[in-house]
Amino acid sequence: MPHSHLPARPGPNVRRAIIAVPFLAAILLAMRLDRGPIRSATDAAHPGFMLRDETSAAGIHFVHHRPTFDPKIAGIEPHVAAVGASVSVTDFDGDGRPDLYFTNSRFGEPNALYHNRGDGTFEEVAASAGLADLNRPGEGVSMGAVWGDMDNDGREDVLVYRYGYLALFRNIDGHHFEDITEKAGLHRWVNSNGAIWLDYDRDGLLDLYVTAYFRDVDLWHLADTRIMHNSFEFATNGGKNLMFHNLGNGKFEDVTDKLGVGSTRWSLAAASADFNGDGWPDIYLANDYGPEELYLNDHGRRFVHATAGLESESKSGMGVALGDAFNRGRIDAFVTNISERGYLFQNNNLRVNEMSERGRFRNVSEGEIADAGWAWGSQFGDFNNDGANELFVANGFISADRTKSYWYAMSKIAGANGRLFEDAATWPAFGNASLSGYEQSRVYLNRGVAGWIDVASKVGVKDLYDGRAVALADLSSRGAVDVIVANQNQPALLYRDYPDRANHWIAFKLIGTRSNRSAIGAEVVLEAGDLRQRRVIDGGSGFASQNDRRLHFGLGSHEWVDRVVIHWPSGTQQILLRPAIDRFVTVTEPRR
Amino acid sequence: MTEVTEATAAGGNPLTRSWRRASEIDPRYLIAFLITLVLVAAQLRYHMLGSYDRLVLALAVCTATEALLSWFDRGKVVNLLSAYISGISLTLLIKPQGGALWPFVLGGFLAISSKYVLRHKGNHLWNPTNFAISALLLAAPDRVSILSHQFGNDLTTNLVIWMFGLVIAARVGVIHITLAYVASFLLLGAARAAALGQPVIPEIAPITGPMYQLFVFFMITDPRTVVRGKRGQIVVAVLIAVTETLIRFASDQGWALPTAFNAAPPILALAIVGPVAKWLDLRR
Repeated sequence: MPHSHLPARPGPNVRRAIIAVPFLAAILLAMRLDRGPIRSATDAAHPGFMLRDETSAAGIHFVHHRPTFDPKIAGIEPHVAAVGASVSVTDFDGDGRPDLYFTNSRFGEPNALYHNRGDGTFEEVAASAGLADLNRPGEGVSMGAVWGDMDNDGREDVLVYRYGYLALFRNIDGHHFEDITEKAGLHRWVNSNGAIWLDYDRDGLLDLYVTAYFRDVDLWHLADTRIMHNSFEFATNGGKNLMFHNLGNGKFEDVTDKLGVGSTRWSLAAASADFNGDGWPDIYLANDYGPEELYLNDHGRRFVHATAGLESESKSGMGVALGDAFNRGRIDAFVTNISERGYLFQNNNLRVNEMSERGRFRNVSEGEIADAGWAWGSQFGDFNNDGANELFVANGFISADRTKSYWYAMSKIAGANGRLFEDAATWPAFGNASLSGYEQSRVYLNRGVAGWIDVASKVGVKDLYDGRAVALADLSSRGAVDVIVANQNQPALLYRDYPDRANHWIAFKLIGTRSNRSAIGAEVVLEAGDLRQRRVIDGGSGFASQNDRRLHFGLGSHEWVDRVVIHWPSGTQQILLRPAIDRFVTVTEPRR
Repeated sequence: MTEVTEATAAGGNPLTRSWRRASEIDPRYLIAFLITLVLVAAQLRYHMLGSYDRLVLALAVCTATEALLSWFDRGKVVNLLSAYISGISLTLLIKPQGGALWPFVLGGFLAISSKYVLRHKGNHLWNPTNFAISALLLAAPDRVSILSHQFGNDLTTNLVIWMFGLVIAARVGVIHITLAYVASFLLLGAARAAALGQPVIPEIAPITGPMYQLFVFFMITDPRTVVRGKRGQIVVAVLIAVTETLIRFASDQGWALPTAFNAAPPILALAIVGPVAKWLDLRR
């Protein structure tokens, strides 16, 4: 055989050198990819809107104060006390202008009710309304509030949920509120970070779903320190969520067990919509230390716990926002989670609703939208009126000493056996360390199939506060979606939206008759040429927040709307043809 | 992680027939069985993969790289079992930002190719998975993190993995390495806690976590990268624990280390001590 004609096999050192070339290239490539995608995704030189911080100009000077608890858990108090900043939108005096309610969380510090004067400024009226002094020893501290017309008298009432007793206030005359908690049968201690109004049985009366985080311990008088979660991934030792049925006589009945909605998974937030299109409002939960949960409403008789693809990733759900992410005429869910570079990438979930076809949600979160740091409240809103939703995400957990991070200490216990860290005394002392502090909020521009990109800096959102609740409202009724952010232990912010004027819009104010008067749970599907979008009136969503009850749709360059289909909570379907655009349209539910 | 190319004598323990049968099994298969068990348990019980594409990708890259490079370097395709073990280990341990798949591609390639590049006297110096994870954590800390708590913090799962792990480590003849490291970790953790005036439990708690389970049963016991002789192996295991203690001490003090050191102290300690010890061993 003519072996001498074959090329000589390179020696071992040469072979090694040849292999070393792609080996080194792989390391360099990893370093390059660490800086971001090789093909830049930034084509957002003109996002089409600006968000300007006009907090002071609007006269909003609210500063949240975090709670203090039993000294037994002083070592990790910064962690336990890192919630409570909330904001909800309401029109409590019925003047057609959205007002704002912020909660505080330290004994003696008042909540704030900002009345919208209509000239771009607000006046604080919580004390005169009777909604200020809600943070008192023995009763608890506020964590958030949800508004809804529970007695259908045309005035929005409010439930304040606390680490402590629930507090329900009836709106007497549009200016003053009466505490009816005891009479309503709601004097229950719940360490709650969320609640929603929904009419689960479609009887025209708003019911209440209250989420619970810690068990119903008194955090100021602890018997022992075994109060924490028993798993970072699958904890079920949280407080029990509660459902209260509105009996219509000013009283509520606890129907949690009857309906099967008493999750004990450390729920931080809930939101409701008819996800599977059967006409009944379902419940979606964002759970800390565990997978998300979906409860499907079985004709108001009970709820069925559906896996729906949500069990595949157990993370730390912080909040859940609802919106039509890709203009498919469906309500999708965006669930915020925790990411800290180098330590943990839980990644946010953008769950595309495929309940009707496949009985499940599909997570399509990737790229920039997956990592918003330690993300909390978020909301879908069409800030540029182009007909596609953007996403505003508040983030940042604890901003303290910039030179000290608790992440290393956290990593010691996060992988440990659950019985160890269930005891708060086991945790390394927090001291003055930061934990994912000083993070910049994200504003994700929706580019459809091209993905979402963060344009926060570009549109003017540069604050580094520890954001918690995000609520959206067109505060001056001018066809723009303003953003209100409640920051933990820090000042609240109002970002006014300035969309490009080329785009059109339309907004709807719905008044229920057979349905609850607030029309909470009503879903509106708008069709304009190739544009199709669905929105739902929420009774609480995001994290510790509630949006304007009026639904805003951007239309882009569409100069007319073909039709609007309103799915009222009562089951009534109403169709509007060619409504006028660039204005608010008030729709009252047909009585028959 | 662990690669075994030679069957290790079990010593003819006559206790049970099943143990004798197990003694006749090529240790590579026991290691592969254990890592597969961990993967399946983690997925069935905790859905920790998130998606199967990363598993398929990591396995494909590892095995393809091994086949290609062994053919190129040695003129034949070697047994791919160790590449399989590396692929699964990477899938379990790498946690990328935003569901990115490239860390599994680059990690798989780096793990296997490191065996062909970073060599001395015909032996590779780094445990392949340890090298790949360390490289990714150092090169791309903004995009890659390591498994920290996705095993549910559950005692039952801990016990099952420890039980199988110890049995198989004994069968493979490396249990002394595991035990030497664990004992050192506990003692040094307690000493560090005392030196810092901190409670002991947070300092020794990590040993019950998933990263450590994979570390003590698959990484530090890799027969191809440990030194020769039981005594030397025990010394190296202790040195790894000492180095980890130094890293942790620096982290406790808030020194400005790369995040990889804070997030994965044992992985980096092995990446530092392991190849030096192996290199010195090969020079003897």
